[in-house]
Formats: sequence, C-alpha cells, structure tokens
Amino acid sequence: MQFSYEVRDTYAEVKGVGRLNMVAAPKLREVVAEVVAGGSSRVVVNLAETDFMDSSGLGALIGCLKAARQAGGDLRISGVQPQVKMVLELTNMDRVLTAYSSAEEAFGND
Amino acid sequence: MTRFWTRLCVVLTVILGVNYVAWRWLASLNWEAWWIAVPLVIAETYSLIDVMLFGLTVWNLKIRKPPPAAPDTATVDVFITTYNEPLDLVMTTALAAKDIRWPHSTWILDDGNRPEMRELAESNGIGYVTRGADWTPDMPRHAKAGNLNNALMVTSGEYLLILDADQIPEPDILDKTLGYFNDDRVALVQTPQYFINVPADDPLGSQAPLFYGPIQQGKDGWNAAFFCGSNAILRREALMQLGLVGYVKATEKSVRRALAASRSAIKKARRSAEAENPLVEQMLNEVEAATESAQQELEAGASLSEITYRVRRKVDDAVRTLVAADFSALQSDLEEIAAMELAHVGESGVTTVASDAVDRMSGRDWSPLGALESVHAVLDAISVERTDEAQPIMPLATISVTEDMATAMRLHALGWKSVYHHEILANGLAPEDIKTMLTQRLRWAQGTMQVLLRENPLVQRRLTWGQRLMYFSTMWSYLSGFAAVVYFAAPIIYLTLGILPVTSLSFDFFIRFIPFMVVNQMLFVIAGHGIPTWRGQQYSLALFPTWIKACTTAARNVWFGRPLGFAVTPKARQSGGPSWSLIRPQIIVAALLALAMVVGVLRLLSGMSEPLGTLVNVAWVTFDLVVLSVLVKAVLYKGFVPEELAAPEGPESPERPERPEERNADAV
Repeated sequence: MQFSYEVRDTYAEVKGVGRLNMVAAPKLREVVAEVVAGGSSRVVVNLAETDFMDSSGLGALIGCLKAARQAGGDLRISGVQPQVKMVLELTNMDRVLTAYSSAEEAFGND
Repeated sequence: MTRFWTRLCVVLTVILGVNYVAWRWLASLNWEAWWIAVPLVIAETYSLIDVMLFGLTVWNLKIRKPPPAAPDTATVDVFITTYNEPLDLVMTTALAAKDIRWPHSTWILDDGNRPEMRELAESNGIGYVTRGADWTPDMPRHAKAGNLNNALMVTSGEYLLILDADQIPEPDILDKTLGYFNDDRVALVQTPQYFINVPADDPLGSQAPLFYGPIQQGKDGWNAAFFCGSNAILRREALMQLGLVGYVKATEKSVRRALAASRSAIKKARRSAEAENPLVEQMLNEVEAATESAQQELEAGASLSEITYRVRRKVDDAVRTLVAADFSALQSDLEEIAAMELAHVGESGVTTVASDAVDRMSGRDWSPLGALESVHAVLDAISVERTDEAQPIMPLATISVTEDMATAMRLHALGWKSVYHHEILANGLAPEDIKTMLTQRLRWAQGTMQVLLRENPLVQRRLTWGQRLMYFSTMWSYLSGFAAVVYFAAPIIYLTLGILPVTSLSFDFFIRFIPFMVVNQMLFVIAGHGIPTWRGQQYSLALFPTWIKACTTAARNVWFGRPLGFAVTPKARQSGGPSWSLIRPQIIVAALLALAMVVGVLRLLSGMSEPLGTLVNVAWVTFDLVVLSVLVKAVLYKGFVPEELAAPEGPESPERPERPEERNADAV
C-alpha cells in the first residue's frame, strides 16, 4: 500500500492506494503522525483508491483519529469503496465515522 | 461406538438423577431438621445440574481429523508473554519458539520492561515489545490482556500464537494447527496445556486431563471450545474486529452517559458561586445549547465523531468569544485608567493585555469553565478518543482477570468459530508448591466468576444455546465450594446429634440413590476413556475455601468495585517448611469429621443411634477424609525431582492457570 499526503489550505489530505490491511496499518499510523506533527491536525484520509480494508486498517484509522483530536483537530474519511463500506457497517464503525464523498467535502462546512 | 455408550450413560444419569432428586424434594425431606435438610437437597440439586451439564458437554464430543495444509502465504507472530519470570526461562521458550518451522516472527512481550530481557532478545534476533508511550501511569494496565493488546498494535502477522513464558512449543505446532484457519470463520485454535514437571501421582492436581480432553472436545462439539490463554493460535482479524465492536460500544455508551450527565452538571454549576459571574453564566448557556443539540443529533443517527467534534468546536468557540470580549473590556478599562493617570505618571504608556493571553485563557483548563469541574468532566467525556484507556482498540477483553475466557465468549458471540486440537504441542511447567497452586486456582476462579457476573453467558443473545450452556457449565462448577460445606456438615450433624436430613434411610432411598451414583461414575469412566479423574474430583471438593473466596471476592469486585486482592504469584518455589496454615479450614473440617466419627461410634454403642444410619454416615465421612487427604500430600510436596537426574538447578514454578473443572462426580 502506498500513502501520500498533501497539505491544503484548511486540511491535509492523506491518500492510500491499494489494500489497507494489517501490514499497511502501522504505515498509515506513521504517515498521519507525521502530518499531525507537521502542524496539520485536520486530516482527511482519502480512500477513493483503497479497494480493501480489514479491521486492523480500521483500527489504525481510530488511532489516527485519536492523534488528530489530541492535537486539537479531526480526522475524516472520504471516497469509501463498497468493500470498505461493508467493513464499516460490519463493525458498527459507521456509528463513529462519517464517510464523506470527497476530500473537499469532508471539511466543507467548517 | 463410544459415543453411543456415552450418550446412553448421559440419558440414564439424567433419568436416574432427576428421579432421585425429585424424590428427595417431594417425599424425603425431614422438615423438622429443615436447617440441614434444605441445604443438603439444594447441594444435591446443584450436583445433579453439574453432572447434567457435564453430560451435555460430552454428548457432542468432537474428535477432529488433522486439518488440511495452510497456504504458504499465512503470516504468524509468536507472542511470548512475560512479566517477571526468570530470564533464562523466558529465553528457553523464546528460542524454542524461534525454531518453530513455519515462517514467523517471534516476539517477547515483556511487561516487566527489563533492559536485560531486551538485550537478550535482541542479541538472539527475537523481537521485543513493551508498553508504548500511551500506557501512562494513570491508565489501567489490564495485566496480560493489556500486554497482548499493546503488542497487537505494533505487529502485523495474520495469526498469533500465544505462549506463556514457560510453555515450550514443538517445532511443528503451526504446521499442525494453521490449516484449521482455511475455514475463514475460524478465529481460534486451542491446544492442550501439559506440564512436564509433574510426578505421576500429580500431588497438586496440575494436569487437567479431563478438561484438555473430553471437556474441551465436548465444548468443541458445540462450537464453544475455550481459549485458555496459552498454546493457542488466534486470527488477528477476529480479534481486531472484537476490538472495534468494543470500541464503538464503549464510545457510544460513554457519549450517551456524558450527555445525560451534562444536564445535572450544568444545573449544579448554575447554583455554584462562580455562576454569579455573567461570563460563566453565558458559557453555561452555550454548553447547554451545544449538549442539547448533540443529544438531538445522536437520536437522529449522526456519527459520534461528528457529534463530539461539533460539541467541542461550539464550546471552544463560545469560550473564546466570551473570553476575548472579557479581555477587551479589561483592555478598555486599563486604557481608561491609563488615560486618567497619564497626567500623574507621564510617559509610562498604556498597559496592554498580551495577545496570547486570550488563547491561554480560552484553553479548557484555564477558562472559567475549567473551575466548574463537573461541567469540565462532562465535556471531556463527550469524545471518541476513549480517554479512559491507553488505546482505543482493546481486542482482548478486560472485564476479567481471565481475559481468555471472556475474549472467547465475545468471539463466539460475533459468530466466529473455535477449534480444540487434541494433541500436546507445547510443554509447560506447573507450580511446585501448594501456595502458588492455590493462588492460581483462586485467580482463575475469580476471573470466571467475574465473567459470569459481568457478561452472564445465559443472556448473551448472539450465542447459541449450546454455547451459552458450555460457558455456564464451567462457571457453575465453581459454585461447588458451597455444596462441599454442606456435604461435610451433614454427616457430622448426624453422627454427633443423630439428626438425619432424610426422613429415613430406607429401601426407598437406596433404590433411588445407588443406581444414580453407579451410572454417574460410569459416565465419567466412559467419557474419560479411563483418564485419571480422581485427583481432579478430590481437588474440586478439597479446595472449597478457595472456591468460596473466589465467589465472594468476585461478587464484591463486580458489584461494589472492590479490588480482587490477589497477589502476583511468586515464580520460584516457596521456601521454608510445610505451610499447614494455608489449609487451616480444611484441617478444621477434617478434625471435626474424625471427631464426629468417634462420637458416632460411641452413640451407636450406647444405643443412641441406629446401625444403618451410622454405617452410611461413617462411610460418607471416610470418603470426605480420603478426599481431603490429598492436601496432606500437597503440603508435604517438595517440588519436582525428575526420575533421571536431569534437573541441576532449583526448580521454577511459573504462573500457570489451572483448569479446575476436573469435575466432582459426587452427589451426596
């Protein structure tokens, strides 16, 4: 899995391409920690090109959410694909995370 | 064929048992001596239910064929959990783990955070994990469950082999078990725990052949094989899913609770002295508005991260605005003062409020809201960070000191399957002194009772009835301490006072009791395939003070939040002479039994009691004494001496959880 990020005006966008599974999960945590440490605590993880996610991937997202919140910001997800949507529902994680349709929209109204 | 005979025995046991106990309740109670008659019939009913649950367990006994080969791609982390075991003991296990043939990574999970351990691990090419920075001293550590949960976050194998520090794995342990996971609903494969430092007569009852045999195989038949903490392989995905589901549940619960608490917190804050400050009052209004709209959003189904984020933003913005307004008022006051005093002071200039002061004073701790502790606490709790735990995702259950049982039950409730693989693939070390053994049994019993009281399996709707009863069966077996007291008291009462809890020891009694007893014992022989079960039967009665203490301490812990009060088991054999004081209650009971026997015989000789009653009760007392005699052996036991002189060093006895479900087949 490849991660890249881009710092925008009001948020930073982290993009993951491939499978966000137990192998990629620690990497995501590192990338987001780096972004937050760089001063962008408002983070969108763009999952438009993430075609698979497992519970470890979701766990990493929660870890990142905690890191962003502790830095005074927030973590949001966008572009969720069908398999990822299913995993979110299976674990009830859709009760916690809202899936936005695009990275721009994620922090669109605040 | 064995299955047929087992089932026949189960059916007969149930029929004859119900026949006997029903007769006891309906036709034979000596109401004049109700104070012993009723407890005895309750104890007998308890034992009947116990044996019926055993019957249900072995009814579905599952004998598995070896699994297919696992795909080569399967990745495994081997976890060796340790806290304070001697380094060489841990390293022996770690090096054996490293030699496991299936490709894997080996990790020592050192909760003792010992630099020497780290060095040894690293110099041998073994991974070393200790608690991360999130585990600050104010966070609950959750012992072994916490240790494993921490390691799960920093490793990435698909499967996890969990080993206690003293469980030396065979090189083929993974080759023989990974294939079960080809069924992608399988979350757990448990293998037996077997101890190599136990003599043939097993004075401390360490081996649990009935549990790691017919009981686990029976539970397996109901898809309820237990996770026993070590020598087990788990699927990471299943554990992580458990962690996520638990996280969502805990978060939703705490947000709901915090929102519900916010109303009373605000009301209380309004009555406080600080609320006279108009600034504070305005802030409280803002907080109230924010929490009220959060409540509405929650009911409307908005996501918890959005709701909590908005509350935080609204409150922070409001505080900021109000503090800034307050500061600008202050600023203009200062300017006015400066203007008035200018004539006197000359060029002293205007005092200004530093711009970062607004930021500082708007922080939650500094603002006037910070002074209102209850409001402050409520706002902190409206969060998705699970601030009361070191990490939001806690896959292994932390509701009990026996995290293994609680975790397995939750996995089953999520629809995962478990497997019991009946082949010894790791060799462990059992305790070598009675003190350590008692501490372990107590701990295990306490943990089991915690699970019963916190997550009663009988009401877990997502478990099948078979699974519910399999979990309940193990819990039920720990209530045996109370029954044991009655079984000791009844013959003492008859022999010394001549009071019989049964209306008469007549033909009616024996015709019902003896067939039940016979078929009951046959069930154990057939289901156990001749496994030695006597030691287990002895201990389940003889450790009655331990079982009772476990029940009472667990109940106090769960209902009143009191600590369980168990010490960490000492790893080395306890030195010093025999510790008779550890079994004081049993010594007293044995003395009373012996005394009662003498009194009973004297009463018989003087014609005060009848021969049959005396004979039955003397036999009963003799049985009780034989059962208790195991403790004499246990106290005098000096530790394991291998027959071929091979143990040069002092024997170690690391902490080993025991399965005490080695059942008592006794009724009466």
